[in-house]
Amino acid sequence: MNRNVTEPAGKAAEAPLRSLRDLRGLTQARIALGAHGSGVPTQAALAFNFDHARAREAVWTAMDADAIREALTQQGLDSLAVRSSVTDRAEYLRRPDRGRTLHADAETALAAAGSGFDVGIAIADGLSATAVTLNAVPMAAALAGRIRAAGLSLAPVVVASQARVALGDPIGARLGLRCLVMLIGERPGLSAADSLGCYVTFAPEVGLPDSRRNCISNIRQDGLSIEAAADQVAGLLRVMFAQGTSGVALRREEPPPVLPMSDGGPQSR
Amino acid sequence: MAYLTTLEGTRFAFADLRTLLAKATPERSGDQLAGIGAEGPVERLAAQIALADLPLKTFLEQELIPSEEDEVSDLIARRHDPAAFATVASLTVGAFREWLLSPAADRAALEALAPGLTPEMVAAVSKICRLQDLVAVAAKRPVVTRFRSTIGLPGRLSTRNQPNDPTDASAGILISALDGLLMGSGDAVIGVNPATDTLPDYLRIVDLLETLRLRTGVPTQHCCLGHVTVAIEAMARGAPVDLVFQSVAGSQKANAGFGVDLAVLREASEAGRALGRCPADGQFMYFETGQGSALSADAHWGVDQQTMEARAYAVAREFDPLLVNTVVGFIGPEYLYDGKQIIRAGLEDHFCGKLLGLPMGVDVCYTNHANADGEDMDALLTLLCAAGVNFVITVPGADDVMLNYQSLSHHDAVFARETLGRPPAPEFEAWLRETRIVDRQGLLADATGRLPSAFADASLLLSGRGA
Repeated sequence: MNRNVTEPAGKAAEAPLRSLRDLRGLTQARIALGAHGSGVPTQAALAFNFDHARAREAVWTAMDADAIREALTQQGLDSLAVRSSVTDRAEYLRRPDRGRTLHADAETALAAAGSGFDVGIAIADGLSATAVTLNAVPMAAALAGRIRAAGLSLAPVVVASQARVALGDPIGARLGLRCLVMLIGERPGLSAADSLGCYVTFAPEVGLPDSRRNCISNIRQDGLSIEAAADQVAGLLRVMFAQGTSGVALRREEPPPVLPMSDGGPQSR
Repeated sequence: MAYLTTLEGTRFAFADLRTLLAKATPERSGDQLAGIGAEGPVERLAAQIALADLPLKTFLEQELIPSEEDEVSDLIARRHDPAAFATVASLTVGAFREWLLSPAADRAALEALAPGLTPEMVAAVSKICRLQDLVAVAAKRPVVTRFRSTIGLPGRLSTRNQPNDPTDASAGILISALDGLLMGSGDAVIGVNPATDTLPDYLRIVDLLETLRLRTGVPTQHCCLGHVTVAIEAMARGAPVDLVFQSVAGSQKANAGFGVDLAVLREASEAGRALGRCPADGQFMYFETGQGSALSADAHWGVDQQTMEARAYAVAREFDPLLVNTVVGFIGPEYLYDGKQIIRAGLEDHFCGKLLGLPMGVDVCYTNHANADGEDMDALLTLLCAAGVNFVITVPGADDVMLNYQSLSHHDAVFARETLGRPPAPEFEAWLRETRIVDRQGLLADATGRLPSAFADASLLLSGRGA
């Protein structure tokens, strides 16, 4: 966050407000920046460019799958690596269809992992390697603890490169999962480039519509905390196993514990 | 039938009209994703050469999407005016380009021609136009609309003030809207994209915007860009709905993906007219479009995304809109890969819309996964002002904190006024002077966020919220 929210907020006064600057704490929007002619003040202009550079870096940096697997090992979690049929980042951005299909060489690794687990976790780069690097392993560890505590079997964690959300479908199908939890980097915004998204799918198979998934968004240090997100996923898994479905068909007593979704939500599909 | 070109001994064949159009389209990632784009620059040129020789009337003889299966095609066919078309009826696409650039195609001639043109004709000619052609022709074709402000007058640029908030919080919307007004943005509309699409939120947002309008006396109109069916419900309850909004696309199936058809748009239009808020000879419908929406809905019929976009304008044209806005860079790099593609698409959309007689605006924008940045937006805004665009969208600091993309900043409207000499709508311009937001020369008087006395009433809406 680059915005100046430390200025004193306006007094709860009877008198009319004098300046919008007093209200900066009430909005994330870049209000009352000031101007020189039509120009944005230098500090604000460079802050904007920095935020964009950080977002671009999150999109274009390659996920270090080896480092993630090493960190998973340190958490006591087995893992394997797969990739989609995309060849590079530019193609990933142009061809979402190829990011949803497994590369042929994924078959061997998935076959060696065995089949027939209650739950599997996939870690995918999506549109932000930054989000994955910062948040995916702690999130996977928090989830694994809850899954095991519930007496459920857990497949080796699948680390998937150049992946879209729906790549979880063939992964889940090959591993014979009852439920797949995919952790994926969300499209970076200017204010946050490190948001992890979590998509949970019951009985994953190739060709499922997005309406079969439940989504928890904005998992990051200044957003939804890892512990809170892991609790929500554990709750979702309980309901899914009880009802045998996921997505829009899932009935929940409480409204979904997720942030409001909009056009600006995760665009990794 | 097949279309053939021979270039230096190599024969290129294009199986049908939609293939010819798709292969003739300047490079676009969305057409490549659909598998219909040219293999490379030489095949593209071969298609453009074949397209230039195509008689314009071919588009009346052959439908890209059959009317029997698509109400947009049916609408295009029913609304075509042969008498208006007569001026250019004997021309090829290539000769039509030359006529458009010639002095014969002046404002009056282009206005008279509009009912004789179909979306496919204007899309076709745009494919063999360079950027400068797209600017030169569009600049000759002002389209003026009116509600409380008059939008699209030659030499002026209006703005949509877009005070979106991630949670639709009233304070966030209001602060952002005031920020835009203080920078002189909002004469086309103050329009909120709601994060939720419920009736109570819609009603709250239009009430808020109506209160803001009444307390500041700003001569503009407002809009909550919820789904049109929500707007219909709100109007039935007597809500102060200025503009009726809907996203539209170029095929019946794509519109079904948006949850609309021509009948529901007609119902909404009649309900809006019945409210009587808009002058009898004014306009109040607001449509948004964007290349790629038909493909993303799997509703493109093998037709290229730029032609599908022009077809969406036939839908908009049916309802005499106040504003039509192509949200050009929002959709992402799988449809428009980089700044070059976004800039060209923005100018194409503006050109096609204007030739069809629409009050075209452009959301000059990009997402963080597209290969584009603010400098591409600087270029597109400047080009669009040269082309006479009706309006653009501005947000605080170019950062839309709800939709998570970058549009123009309110500062860019100041740039258009002060450097490019494009003042806003005359009613709004007068209001900016009265409120001393701009000085007598039209220059921004103060950009520190200080609220002028005219805003005292509006700022009371926020009293007690600052603590």
